[in-house]
Amino acid sequence: MNREPVETLLRPVESLGRVSLDTLGSLGRFGRFLGEAVGWAFVPPFKVGNFLERVHFIGFRSLSVIILTGAFTGMVLGLQVFLTLSRFGSEAFLGPAVALSLIRELGPVLSALMVTGRAGSALTAEIGIMRITEQIDALTVMALNPMRYLIVPVIVAGVITFPLMTALFDVVGIFGGYLVGVRLLGLSEGTYFGEMQTFVDMADIWTGFWKSLSFGVIVTWVCAYKGYYSGHGAEGVSRATTHAVVLSSVLILVWDYFLGSVLP
Amino acid sequence: MIRIENLHKAFGAQRVLQGVTLEVLSGEIMIVIGRSGGGKSVFLKHLLGLLQPDAGGIWVDGVDITSLRGRAMDRVRERYGVVFQGGALFDSMSVFDNVAFPLREKTDLSAEEIAARAEEKLTQVGLGGMGHKNPAEISGGMRKRVAIARALVTEPEIVFFDEPTTGLDPVLVNAIHHLILDLHRKFRFTAIMVSHEIPEIFGIAHRVAMLHEGVIVETGEPQAIQRSANPVVQQFIRGEIEGPIHAT
Ligand SMILES: Nc1ncnc2c1ncn2[C@@H]1O[C@H](COP(=O)(O)OP(=O)(O)OP(=O)(O)O)[C@@H](O)[C@H]1O
Ligand SMILES: [Mg+2]
Repeated sequence: MNREPVETLLRPVESLGRVSLDTLGSLGRFGRFLGEAVGWAFVPPFKVGNFLERVHFIGFRSLSVIILTGAFTGMVLGLQVFLTLSRFGSEAFLGPAVALSLIRELGPVLSALMVTGRAGSALTAEIGIMRITEQIDALTVMALNPMRYLIVPVIVAGVITFPLMTALFDVVGIFGGYLVGVRLLGLSEGTYFGEMQTFVDMADIWTGFWKSLSFGVIVTWVCAYKGYYSGHGAEGVSRATTHAVVLSSVLILVWDYFLGSVLP
Repeated sequence: MIRIENLHKAFGAQRVLQGVTLEVLSGEIMIVIGRSGGGKSVFLKHLLGLLQPDAGGIWVDGVDITSLRGRAMDRVRERYGVVFQGGALFDSMSVFDNVAFPLREKTDLSAEEIAARAEEKLTQVGLGGMGHKNPAEISGGMRKRVAIARALVTEPEIVFFDEPTTGLDPVLVNAIHHLILDLHRKFRFTAIMVSHEIPEIFGIAHRVAMLHEGVIVETGEPQAIQRSANPVVQQFIRGEIEGPIHAT
């Protein structure tokens, strides 16, 4: 019997099957990666030195980027929201409008995106280079767990620095809105800050906090994972870096929408 | 004793190891030779537990390490010292810290004791006083020597060398070989070394094994290998172009 027509028919099915299995397989690996890291995060000895280094790298060295983007975001908000509100004669609400957009949305999202660009890509490249130059294998054969030495410090640093960076972004942004709204456009200082206190709830701050905290996990998880499993050679690392930035950014926005719809 | 039996490994359609069988006695220096791309590094990575074989077993003192995971494999690795082909130095640390690192992480020695041992090992590989440099600032040959110092600083029982001397000048090749022999005399470790240094290796190996097309085609003492009747071995150690091995 001639089996060729059957095989030709089955080939697309076969490759579809292989692609789905591959995708499922790497999704499983992706999930297990975080699971393992979280597990090791609670097992001493803790690598405090490595952790502080990562806080410095992800947090401290992103400060200028955060301050710059925070200030301009606040100023743009101040200007645009003022112009919009003045059409309804309700400029008095500029303060709460700026503060709420920053605290609930723009602060967490924009600072996460900026840190992804500044530190996330570098993190993927660094871990990827350690992979291709066998430094990760060297840790493994020294019977030192690369998860504990390399990955846990990164993720814990992300969890701690992202909310702090976001808080800074919010504060600088609110000040930027103040510069434009009060200093430039003539709103009274008391109105700007007073209305803010009336309208901004603790719940808004918690929303921003949970967002920034989960973005910290997402960005460090994706970037560390992509570096850890980067392909061969310089090309493998550069591809991993691109993927890490794209995937982090997409996940930030998707997760932001999701949290925005479940959190108060 | 390390016993490797019928080890198979393929990457996709490429069959790299096709039934490697080899015994390495305790305290012996076994040197594995074979063509570039022939699977020597892949073979070593199986012994280190970095790759899992498709079939076959590896016994280290009677324990099959291919079935070991996590802590159990780490206990075997604690007896190992490894010199990777590319050095695999941590480039976030200075040369000195690279050598001191295994002691800091795996022993309870005092800081002074660690500093003394690390400096001693660096001096033995001819790099005394170079500890403050970064791996990125030193030459390829120096990186190899730092990797050797780092592998030996914990005085391991079993040492793996993946081409420890490739790319070094002839004087250094001899110096490194002498260093390995010296340290071997002192610590009696088992050494499995991949090397292309023919004929120098015949002066330091206890036995030599040739890996060719996925199998060990011959094992024997240096004189026996040099007199081998196997045309593959003869062609390889003479570096001839004509013969059963095709230069591609
Ligand atoms: N992780 C891997 N995935 C796919 N292929 C691999 C992998 N590691 C090695 N190979 C392939 O296996 C073959 C053997 O490689 P290996 O590095 O063991 O050669 P080698 O004998 O050490 O060569 P050299 O003397 O040049 O170091 C090569 O063709 C290589 O492309
Ligand atoms: Mg090799």
